[in-house]
Amino acid sequence: MKPAAFDYIRADSADEAVEVLAEHGDDARILAGGQSLTPMLNMRVAQPRVVVDISRAADLVASKTDAGALVVRAAATQAAVERRPRLGDEVPLLAQAFPHLGHFQTRNRGTVCGSIAHADPSAELPLCLAVLGGEVVLRSRSRRRTLRADAFFQGLLSTARQSNEIVEEVRFPLARGGERHRFAEIAMRHGDLAIVALAVIVSAAEIRLGVGGVADRPQVRRWPRLAGTELDAELNRFAWELGARDDQHASAAYRRHLVRRLGRKLIEELQG
Amino acid sequence: MKRLAQGAIHRVELTLNGVGRVGHCEPRMLLSDFLRQELGTTGVHVGCEHGVCGACTVRVNGSAQRSCLTLAVSAEGMSVQTVEGLAGSADELSDLQQAFRRHHALQCGFCTPGILLSATEFLERVPEPTELEVREMLSGHLCRCTGYTPIVAAILAVAAERRERKDRA
Repeated sequence: MKPAAFDYIRADSADEAVEVLAEHGDDARILAGGQSLTPMLNMRVAQPRVVVDISRAADLVASKTDAGALVVRAAATQAAVERRPRLGDEVPLLAQAFPHLGHFQTRNRGTVCGSIAHADPSAELPLCLAVLGGEVVLRSRSRRRTLRADAFFQGLLSTARQSNEIVEEVRFPLARGGERHRFAEIAMRHGDLAIVALAVIVSAAEIRLGVGGVADRPQVRRWPRLAGTELDAELNRFAWELGARDDQHASAAYRRHLVRRLGRKLIEELQG
Repeated sequence: MKRLAQGAIHRVELTLNGVGRVGHCEPRMLLSDFLRQELGTTGVHVGCEHGVCGACTVRVNGSAQRSCLTLAVSAEGMSVQTVEGLAGSADELSDLQQAFRRHHALQCGFCTPGILLSATEFLERVPEPTELEVREMLSGHLCRCTGYTPIVAAILAVAAERRERKDRA
């Protein structure tokens, strides 16, 4: 399990990274923390001709709050964001999700934007971004565009990013007063990818439920506040709409069961 | 911007266990292989090579990371610590290593170096952990001999010893 040969380019800024992508396009892969890309290189699932290391790009390492959002730049590690002293007030859902995300040894090097760009359907950060209605900023040499999470995620490991673009930053909306959040996950072992992950936000007006690990990308539903059999009916409909399939980790029926039961438990806790 | 061509051998300089070292490798060489084959620190054990088993964990600039998920050329200029650098000299053991021996926290020893490096960083960050916190930290490592219980005991014992020593001082 060793990577196939590639040219290595270390970009010292976002400008340099998009220059390299303009030149190499599809032949190049961005390496930020490498916690998703390096396993793919080792298994030769990915064989890029050029690897562009942005981990030392000085203008890409920050995370900060700005205009109602937590803005995380491309090379900011998961550990750096997890250890923000006020993360529990800024984006409480993220603070709850991080402990489920791999292990602290992979969060020490893995990046937030890298996980978003990788778009694994079982991953925690894409789910959080989707249910929060966050945004992804894509940048190429000639333009910068901002996409909502639901437009960015397009399927299994598939996003709206074009080959000349980097995910320059992602924006998680800050918690608003009156919102309550809950993140929960069922996995084979702590830190493994989710069999089912649920992220719930309840406000005075509505319930938002996001589900990861079942469909080919995170799925979100919004309802006015519901309870009892009405809530059960909506959860059941959502569970079937996810199109769960049997695999070696869990059956489709078990996944639907988790969405219904865990979904109701979390929503009832937050509405209680 | 630094460009290193595939197939060619490049010079990589880093600090290993406090000593400046130089090795040579292709851009595709993993840090785990570089540490073992170029620099001779064979205490870096290579298990799964996709970040799951934790055997290859080393500290890079102080933080515990998978050396199989890092390119050697990415670690250029960084400070790397392996199990060989945990104690002051080759015939000494750190307090954590002594506790592992006392508590039978290893049998075949394959997973041990990675766990020691993770636990060393963890105890610096969380000097008085609960058992649950230790078990969560250990979730990033696979051990097929011990059943983990003696490992948890050894780490908690070291935390208690350090606290006692601090209280006495």
